[in-house]
Amino acid sequence: MSKYLVNKFLYTVDRDPELVERYRTDPAGTVGWWEKTQANRILNVPEAEASTWLAFEEAERAALVAHDHVALFELGAHPFLTLTLFIAMFERDHPEPLSYQKAYGQALAHLSLPYPDIAT
Amino acid sequence: MAQVVAIIASTHHPFYYRASTAVGDERPPFADEWVAKIERFRETLTRARPDVLVMVGSDHFHQLWLDNMPQFLVGKAPVYDANWYNEEREFGLPRLRLEGHEELSSHILRGGLDSGFDLAFSNELRIDHSITCPIITLRPEADLPIVPIYTNIFAPPLPQPKRFVELGRTIRELVEAWPSDQRVAIIGTGHLSLELGGPRQFGPHGPDPDFDRRAVEWIANGDLEGCLGEVTLDSLHLPGNATHGFMDFMLMMGVAGQGVRADHVDSLDLFHTMEAYFTWYPEGAPA
Repeated sequence: MSKYLVNKFLYTVDRDPELVERYRTDPAGTVGWWEKTQANRILNVPEAEASTWLAFEEAERAALVAHDHVALFELGAHPFLTLTLFIAMFERDHPEPLSYQKAYGQALAHLSLPYPDIAT
Repeated sequence: MAQVVAIIASTHHPFYYRASTAVGDERPPFADEWVAKIERFRETLTRARPDVLVMVGSDHFHQLWLDNMPQFLVGKAPVYDANWYNEEREFGLPRLRLEGHEELSSHILRGGLDSGFDLAFSNELRIDHSITCPIITLRPEADLPIVPIYTNIFAPPLPQPKRFVELGRTIRELVEAWPSDQRVAIIGTGHLSLELGGPRQFGPHGPDPDFDRRAVEWIANGDLEGCLGEVTLDSLHLPGNATHGFMDFMLMMGVAGQGVRADHVDSLDLFHTMEAYFTWYPEGAPA
């Protein structure tokens, strides 16, 4: 499991307006580029001192490429990060107020407590 | 010594700013009632005539990140810029700039470290809506210096609920021991039951109205014993997956003290989550 890295992807994309749009329109390209060039960057540390060991597991990579928020929840990604980024990408396609947020919840309706562990 | 002239605990609802400023067809049907409740709540702070605000909140993965995550952090800076791009994007929150109070920050840091809390600190902190929402609701002039205190209710492993209560007690003691003639208000925000990014989110009420009812009673009555007897890190998953934010209410109950009833209690049942507002006057209600 690399929940931390999935969260790092969601966090770093969410805070960058250009990356939000790029991930919306080209998820496979964005995830591939990010894993290759960004995954091992320690935030707030010069590039030369990057990490050497971080990579997605296949299920994580696939969930990110598929924009599959249900799978991300089931994998233990931090739900606040997923929700915030997905609202930024897809709320615009659902003009009725809160309809995207409600549909997002309904897509998770099969889940019951305890939810997947989000501890990293 | 400094006086604690008001203790305030509140939910921090990022939709309030947009709802309260919307007009015409954009204005939600609950906005007028919400604004009226907030204006009454704001008056409870205004009447206390504070000089400085100690503000407890929780960073929502803005500046604080999983590569370096403090449990309890005190800001010590002359200025705090506030609100973030994703809060402008999702909630329409304005950017703010708040003056800091470094002397009180230093006092709380030194005293906290000497009282068993190994507090982290930040000399350059951009604060988020957990602190700016109560500025918008309670002090929209944003004209008082602040001491921001962040707690981790967000990224497990989290501190135990009793530590939030103990930190609240310690903050109260430290402020009252601050050699100053300043009038201090201690304000903290959290959540009642809340679900974010899970199946129970954005329902017609908060995800657990029964928890919300009991929580309001605990807070209003200062029933720390009852609250600590029921609330654990595990139990807080049951009312909703973001309900650990309730521990910031527990911190504020620690500030107010065991068995001390709030002087102002109000709530508003909204979609998605219940709003709740509490004010205590440790030295009696101001004239």
